[in-house]
Amino acid sequence: MTPRDYLQLALFLGILAAVSPPLGRYIHRVLEGGRTWLHPLLGPVERLVYTAAGIDPASDHPWQRYAVNLLGFTLAGFCLTFGVLLFQDVLPLNPQGFPAPSWDLALNTAVSFVTNTNWQAYGGEATMSHLSQMVALTYQNFISAAVGIAVCMAVVRGIARAEAQGIGNFWADLVRSTLYVLLPLCLPGALLLVGQGMVQTLAASFTAITPEGAAQTIAVGPVASQVIIKMLGTNGDGFFNANAAHPFENPTALANFIQMLVIFLLPSALVFTLGAAVRRPRHAWTVWSVMAAVFVAGTLLTAHFEYRGTSAMAQAVAAADLPTASASASGAASGVTVPPAPATVPVSAPAPVPNMEGKEVRFGIFSSSLFAVVTTDASCGAVNAMHDSLTPLGGLVTLLNMQLGEIIFGGVGSGLYGMVLFIILTVFLAGLMVGRTPDYLGKRIEGREVTLAVAALLLPALPLLGFTALAAVGWGPQALANAGAHGFSELLYAYTSSAQNNGSAFAGLTVNSPVFNLTTAASMLIGRFGVMLPMLAVAGSLAARRPRPVTDASFPVEGATFALLLTSVILIVGALTYLPALSLGPIVEHLQMIEHQLY
Amino acid sequence: MLTLVRQSLVVTLLLAALLCGAYPVLVTGAAQALMPHKANGSPVMTNGQIAGSDLIGQHFTGAGYFHGRPSAAGDGYDAAASSGSNLGPTSRALAESMQARAAALRAENPDWKAPLPPDMVTASASGLDPHVSPEGALMQVARVAAARGLPVEKVAELVDAHVEGPQLGLFGEPRVNVLRLNLALDALAGGRAEGN
Repeated sequence: MTPRDYLQLALFLGILAAVSPPLGRYIHRVLEGGRTWLHPLLGPVERLVYTAAGIDPASDHPWQRYAVNLLGFTLAGFCLTFGVLLFQDVLPLNPQGFPAPSWDLALNTAVSFVTNTNWQAYGGEATMSHLSQMVALTYQNFISAAVGIAVCMAVVRGIARAEAQGIGNFWADLVRSTLYVLLPLCLPGALLLVGQGMVQTLAASFTAITPEGAAQTIAVGPVASQVIIKMLGTNGDGFFNANAAHPFENPTALANFIQMLVIFLLPSALVFTLGAAVRRPRHAWTVWSVMAAVFVAGTLLTAHFEYRGTSAMAQAVAAADLPTASASASGAASGVTVPPAPATVPVSAPAPVPNMEGKEVRFGIFSSSLFAVVTTDASCGAVNAMHDSLTPLGGLVTLLNMQLGEIIFGGVGSGLYGMVLFIILTVFLAGLMVGRTPDYLGKRIEGREVTLAVAALLLPALPLLGFTALAAVGWGPQALANAGAHGFSELLYAYTSSAQNNGSAFAGLTVNSPVFNLTTAASMLIGRFGVMLPMLAVAGSLAARRPRPVTDASFPVEGATFALLLTSVILIVGALTYLPALSLGPIVEHLQMIEHQLY
Repeated sequence: MLTLVRQSLVVTLLLAALLCGAYPVLVTGAAQALMPHKANGSPVMTNGQIAGSDLIGQHFTGAGYFHGRPSAAGDGYDAAASSGSNLGPTSRALAESMQARAAALRAENPDWKAPLPPDMVTASASGLDPHVSPEGALMQVARVAAARGLPVEKVAELVDAHVEGPQLGLFGEPRVNVLRLNLALDALAGGRAEGN
């Protein structure tokens, strides 16, 4: 890594640390009904929604009612997206005249966008009409993020409230997140990105006559308005097939930096929303530091391996005269005849070269590695480099990031309520170790919470490992783009990404088939609601509990000791669950790469 | 139950109207009014014709033009089908195509003795990468100069003038926009190169 790389990383964390606390406090204020300078403009819109739908935003609901409202609303949004996709051929705003996608692709895509996964079994510019992009998909980009913020706020209330029956009002949380958090950030953000060269037009394409006289059809579209919410909402769906690697979707390295910041912005700020709600900013900083530490470790590892590249690459770049040169040099020096080396084994290992396969020159190694870690730590899934072409261990970091549960900043809302799950496990384990009743910020953690947390932890692992194993012996092999251990990694990545609601892919895998569309859709649903609903239940039972005063005997949830414990629990749980699968994929592949084995 | 259905539908429709109607229209309007060139894809004009986009790479094959990176988009630089190769680190297909590209580069540019720039033997992520590394352009100088009958120094100067540093001195990597460089080359030679 170069000094410039370290500087970019430091600047990234510095900006994030500076803007997150005020934004987190702002989110807490607006979601609790506080007024902001936006209210004169957007207040009437908010009231219009409540009046038209017959909603009383002041009524407070127990967790069951909150969950039922959430599920009903999600179902309505699913129908909207599924319907628009199924009938895009007869609906307007289809300048390219695209046909409707197959029912299983439409189902998969609707589930994918509803669950904030944004897994794409299709290439955007060759499949989706402008109406599908703008209505079916952009709508869910906003809504799935707003739902994430709402559930996060409900869980935060569960922790902060004492002897309360309710955990908030789903409708109010949803509408306020959309109007006062997402929209105000998207409008200026989209224009900032257009300023870097991102396209924003209702035209479909233009044709250029190149200097060599060929015609080049260049696809364009309403990209910036979708990209800003794709990043802010940790959605990650590409307007174009190449996603954030496409020059129109990520024109410059500065646009790249802005987009990475936008991915982490809300997940990072929500940590301080928790801090504000429980009036414990130090606790928020402790949790934030754990996230930042795991994130930095992942970035350094990925960048290291990508800078070292692959041995096949080093051989190709140096192949012209390296073997003969080194052979003659050593022969001349020692005065003995060097036997000719076998053709497959290089005489001396050529110097490592950076892995530029599947990367763009304007980003280079570091901005690509940093992006790969950001997008898999958060449940974003946008890519500015092709993860399928990462080095084995660089790819391992992205897989493990997702498998940890998308809690290193994580998805919008889902990152923090996922982290609360690990905090509960940590105080429980710490309580077992020292033999006292575990409590979290004055709330006793009892069997019910631990059971629910463990359920939320294990549910995503079930489809993730189960479908990977079934695919490996069943429907997987004929869909692979790469053979050998890398082929297994492609399957593992597909089900990791869907079960953890990330949406990025080892994109060589052919996933647009009924069996992949249905199994990944099932994984996405389990991964989203299998965590969300148990955590809402935890919020409900914590809200009702009478807090005990925090004394010297309470377990401290701030400071270095707790940070270390929490980090260990996250890494150990992740490693215990997924190391066997990882060793069959990227770890074996790394060893094979060292031995110059090709498949 | 009926309340929930009504609430869900009404909130869905109102938010959809706002987020899918008002919002993109507002952004499109503002972008088209404030930055029409960029919002429409940064087209590059020569002689009143669109020659390409500043941001989108092209498939140059003639000896008198600088070539871009290998592309996996369609048949190469298909700007309606962006894609990477998605070949992995132990892929035989990738290793063999890198060897083949290296051999072709060595044959086309026999004057370049140093190791090849890695970006020139690998496919970009989008298949539309508009840039090559400065070395990727420099290694082609002798060939381009010979094909155009220009002095090598003059072409090398042109490449130097087209090297862009990291953005704000910090973000990204040094690079050369291949289309911009080739258009400047055409302007230098006073029109299209002959015999490509």
